[in-house]
Amino acid sequence: MAGVAVSTTINGDNVEYLCQPDETLLDVLRDRLGLTGAKEGCGTGDCGACSIILDDRLVCSCLVLGAEAEGRRVETIEGMAHGDRLHPLQQKFLEHAALQCGVCTPGFLIAAKDLLAKNPDPTEEEIRFGLAGNLCRCTGYDKIVRAVQDAASVMKGA
Amino acid sequence: MNFDPRYSGRNFTSVGTRPLRPDGVDKVTGRARYGADFNMAGQLVGRVLRSPHAHATIRRIDTSKAEKLAGVKAVITAADLPDLTDGDAAMYDILDNCMAREKALYDGHAVAAVAAVDARTARQALKLIEVDYEVLPHVTDVDEAMKHTAPLLNDAIFTEGLEEKPAKPSNVTKRTQFGHGDIHEGFGRADFVVERSFKTEQTHQGYIEPHACVANVSSDGTADLWVCTQGHFVYRQHCAQLLGMEASKLRVTSSEIGGGFGGKTHVWAEPVALALSRKAGRPVKLVMTRDEVFRASGPTSATSIDVRIGARKDGTITAAEATLRYSCGPYAGMWAEIGAMTAFACYRLENVRTVGYEVLVNRPKTAAYRAPSAPMAAFAVESAIDELAKEIGMDPVEFRIRNAAQEGTRSSYGPVYGPIGIGPTLEAAKNHPHMKAPLGKNQGRGMACGFWFNFGGQTCTDLNIGMDGSVSLAVGTVDVGGSRASLSLVAAEELGIAYEQVKAVVADTSSLGYNDMTDGSRGTFSSSMATISAARNAIKILRERAAQMWDIPIDDVVWEKGHAIAKGEKYGNLAALSLREIAAASGKTGGPIAGHSELVADGAGVSFATHICDIEVDPETGATRVLRYTVVQDAGKAVHPTYVEGQYQGGAAQGIGWALNEEYVYGKDGRLQNPGFLDYRIPVCSDLPMIDTQILEIPNPNHPYGVRGVGETSIVPPLAAIANAVSNAAGVRMTHIPMSPPRILAAIEAERGGRWSK
Repeated sequence: MAGVAVSTTINGDNVEYLCQPDETLLDVLRDRLGLTGAKEGCGTGDCGACSIILDDRLVCSCLVLGAEAEGRRVETIEGMAHGDRLHPLQQKFLEHAALQCGVCTPGFLIAAKDLLAKNPDPTEEEIRFGLAGNLCRCTGYDKIVRAVQDAASVMKGA
Repeated sequence: MNFDPRYSGRNFTSVGTRPLRPDGVDKVTGRARYGADFNMAGQLVGRVLRSPHAHATIRRIDTSKAEKLAGVKAVITAADLPDLTDGDAAMYDILDNCMAREKALYDGHAVAAVAAVDARTARQALKLIEVDYEVLPHVTDVDEAMKHTAPLLNDAIFTEGLEEKPAKPSNVTKRTQFGHGDIHEGFGRADFVVERSFKTEQTHQGYIEPHACVANVSSDGTADLWVCTQGHFVYRQHCAQLLGMEASKLRVTSSEIGGGFGGKTHVWAEPVALALSRKAGRPVKLVMTRDEVFRASGPTSATSIDVRIGARKDGTITAAEATLRYSCGPYAGMWAEIGAMTAFACYRLENVRTVGYEVLVNRPKTAAYRAPSAPMAAFAVESAIDELAKEIGMDPVEFRIRNAAQEGTRSSYGPVYGPIGIGPTLEAAKNHPHMKAPLGKNQGRGMACGFWFNFGGQTCTDLNIGMDGSVSLAVGTVDVGGSRASLSLVAAEELGIAYEQVKAVVADTSSLGYNDMTDGSRGTFSSSMATISAARNAIKILRERAAQMWDIPIDDVVWEKGHAIAKGEKYGNLAALSLREIAAASGKTGGPIAGHSELVADGAGVSFATHICDIEVDPETGATRVLRYTVVQDAGKAVHPTYVEGQYQGGAAQGIGWALNEEYVYGKDGRLQNPGFLDYRIPVCSDLPMIDTQILEIPNPNHPYGVRGVGETSIVPPLAAIANAVSNAAGVRMTHIPMSPPRILAAIEAERGGRWSK
């Protein structure tokens, strides 16, 4: 099958790649571009471990084709910190121990970033429903919610 | 053992603090490498062909068309994994489960595998493999499988543990029995007796990371395996045996692990990936899909349990018995046995008997799931305990306190307890503000207790001191939830240095001696014991070197707060030598400084917890909401309290999912109907409240710091605590887990004699 040439922006960098027409954006990120921060937990859009932001919209990259990234802006976990300066959400996830195994963490951070961009001052319930598309099996979500609450208050003050 | 592991009280400097974990930044930036995040040059993609039938004889497999497809580099069947198990029945079962031999025994059982240049070619190749099945009658239900009329999975199985050897084969592999006293006499003295039957459905650990590995077999007979596992040394042993290799020729490196909860204690894809790599002569990456994880890894048992408990009017239990039937999948297990051991472990009983039956069914081979077998037994027992308290007219907490096991109690499974935490967790629960909070309409409160043995096992740790005085700690227990932080704290504590001066890593199988898996809540317990021992060995060398530098006898040198100190007035002019100073001089005083430890970490202290929860039940729909949840558990000593809380919360959340939602649903055709996270629904963020935790510390006398394992016990009480809460809210006893809305609604309607009326 002939490859599709794609020109896109990932974490602010111009990127070009060839992919198969039926190849997911998740597979392109992981297998072609070496960006393995997004994880495949299910491949069916149920776990959120592959969450990315596509043109300001939170999506599961396993449900997007690589070819669909043409001309769009992709944000992944690899672009969240600035150099060695962690994003407040990353810092608060560490401080609150909001991760145990950590495999869902990139997806949660991306989803939480999207949530706070749209709602900088969420209630606990809004956080819980805002992150309901991401599965975590280790933490029971308690420390994740607290980390997001803490990050929101830090970011409001910034 | 080369040191004294007994507990001695001390004031801690590092242990008990809450520093950031050393692997944290990599995990919040996406840099941490999990099973599927590793690649090798020239790597092929492996895929597995799986049986669509629950039970079928494999008459013939024709791989010739697949082999001819361009891009296919290897196709394997059971013929490529010959039986080298040499009469080891358990290993033979592992082999047969990795690749079906004569029969496919469940929907999803591997029958062949391919390695190809890319995923698309591999998928095409699977479609070209022709398998001629003779479909056989199947059985997936544990009670059905015990009937004499049930289809037999294995006609060479005759039930073990019966007084007389049975004449006919059976799906029951084994009967086990525990207990003491005379239950007939005990029930004879009872004023009240409660007798109930319970069922729990099969659940999956639900780790978010599917099984993944990269295998690379070289033509010189050596091999490397990169894999997400809870125990890379055990994987090495199993893979080496199944492939006919010497263990030392196979280096296994454990990746970061994206959850395991017992489910990554067993090989499935790894021997297959190695066999594919051996045949193709190239590295092979094999990653399971989520569908495969559900259908063909190792979920927990489905169970059917009968409980009978009798008590006097004053609330003293006089006798207790339980019969427990646990599904094992198609191979023998010891799941009912563990359930039978744990069922009444919380209580001080004169007369107790439990009987377990291991039952074969056409479902995937049961694997451990966090305190395996205990939650179902606790569900049955703690539900019956609540009912009995009600019949007597006693508060359920007071009833449990009155009968709780204590130090010196002979446990229902045999051993006599040392200092234990069941009484203290019950007292803490009784006094917790949660117990006194008001409840609204359609809301109920429940509580329950739980027990887990904890495990110690073989452990090996290296502690290497660099020339700059920084400390590398190499451990062999896979870090599933923050143990590198805990073990760094322990090393810092023992050496008297800063936490930041220690860097802990999980070493591969060629770099360290054998370690058992991270299971049985043993990671921090056993590796901290080995770390303390290794640190003490290093301190002995540090003292020797300081003595040499000062030219004084070693007996005059003590180690305090990270420094060698010459004791006695005659050495008043000798300034203390720091670890860094001694390390810097090591090249001139005898070379590198290190401490090693190899031990069997005996004496894992048993663990108890008490949980409280409030549930609201919608009587119109049977839907539930968890309003409030509190965990009280004994940690012995919490090394890193934040991660101990995390274990309590995570176990509770898994238990909540099990209690209310999660279940394997098999169709009449014996196929799994819900192999995905959409239809097998684990709790999401909006399903849960904050989970309150209270850590109690009753030191384990068999560990220098008093540590007990903390990982598993938290999943034991939730099924029962929630069942008690739902039963109180709905006014009807729930006896079937999960308590999904249709089951609750049906129970309410049955109680009201048909239609629910307000």
